[in-house]
Amino acid sequence: MATKDHSADLFEFLLRMGDNTLILGHRVSEWCGHAPVLEEDIALANTALDLIGQTQLWLGLAGEVEGQGRSADDLAFLRDAWDFRNVLLVELPNGDFGQTLMRQFLFDAWQELMLDALKGSSDARVAEIAAKAAKEVAYHVERSGDTVIGLGDGTEESHARMQAALDYLYPYVGEMFESDAVDAAMAQAGIAPDPASLRDAYDAKLAAVMGEATLSTPDDRFTHNGGRTGRMHTEHLGHILTSMQWLQRAYPGASW
Amino acid sequence: MKNEWPLWEVFIRGQHGLSHRHVGSLHAPDAEMAVKNARDVYTRRNEGVSIWVVEARHITATNPGDKGPMFEPSESKIYRHPTFFDIPDDVGAM
Repeated sequence: MATKDHSADLFEFLLRMGDNTLILGHRVSEWCGHAPVLEEDIALANTALDLIGQTQLWLGLAGEVEGQGRSADDLAFLRDAWDFRNVLLVELPNGDFGQTLMRQFLFDAWQELMLDALKGSSDARVAEIAAKAAKEVAYHVERSGDTVIGLGDGTEESHARMQAALDYLYPYVGEMFESDAVDAAMAQAGIAPDPASLRDAYDAKLAAVMGEATLSTPDDRFTHNGGRTGRMHTEHLGHILTSMQWLQRAYPGASW
Repeated sequence: MKNEWPLWEVFIRGQHGLSHRHVGSLHAPDAEMAVKNARDVYTRRNEGVSIWVVEARHITATNPGDKGPMFEPSESKIYRHPTFFDIPDDVGAM
C-alpha cells in the first residue's frame, strides 16, 4: 500500500490548489487602479500578488509531479477552461467592493484551515509550500474578515450590500468541502486532509465573523459545484482566460 | 456629512535597534485598519519590523512662523555639541 503510485491524484490535487489561487489572484488583480481608496487598492494588489506567488509554487510542483515537462506558466497559460480545477467561488465576478471582500473572506477562511492541515503533509514539498503560504493567508483572512465586519456592521447601505453578497456567494461555499476519489487518495496517503473534515471549524469561523458583522448566513446548504472536478465551470471562467491568456495565445512562447 | 476617513501618520522601524521614522501618511477608518494599511502601503518591500500609527490631529507641531525664537538661539552654541569625543566604532548607530 505504501508504494502505491498516487502521482495522478497528487497532480490533480495540486491543480486544484494552484488553480484556486491563480483564478482568484487574477480576479483580485482586476481591482488594480479601481479600488475605492488608494490604501485598499494597494492592499488588494498585494493580496493578488501573494496568490499568484502561491500559484507558481503549486503549479510548479504540479508540473514536476506530472513529469511531462510542463512548467507553472504552461499550466496557467496553455490550458483551456475544461482543464481548470478551481472551485466556482473564485471565478465569480468581483461585483462591488463588498462582494469582492466577501468572496475573499469566504475563500481565505477555507484556505487558512486547508494550509494549516497541509503543514503536516506527508509530502515535504506540499508541507513547505503550505508553511510559506500560511503566513500570507493569516494576514489575508484577518484583513478580509475585518472588512466584512466593518462593512456588515456599517451603514444601512453597506450592510445591505454585504448581506446581498453573502446571499449570492454562500451557495458556492459548499464546493470547497466536497470530497471525491482524489481527496480520498490524498487523505489515505497523508498528503492532504479530507476537505469535509474542515467544515466544522469553517462554520465556527463564519458564525463568529458574520455574527460580529450582523449578517445572517443562509440556512440552505445547497451548493453549486463542478469546478474542482472539472465537470463544469461557470461562463465567467472563459472570459477570465480570454484576458489572462491573451498574450501567450497571440504571441506563443513570448517571454521577458 | 463627513465621508473622509481620518488621516494617520505612519512611523516604521527599519530594523531592530533603530528608532521609528516617519515615512508618510494614509487614510483609514480606525487605528487597527491604519496599521494594516501601513503594512500594505509602506512595508511591501521588506522595509520594516515595527509600525506605529497616530492620528494626525493628535500631533502638536511648532508653528513655522515661530522658527526664529524657537530655533535660532541654539545656532551659536557650538559648545553644546559633544564633538570633542571619539566614539568607538563598536557603539554602532547613535
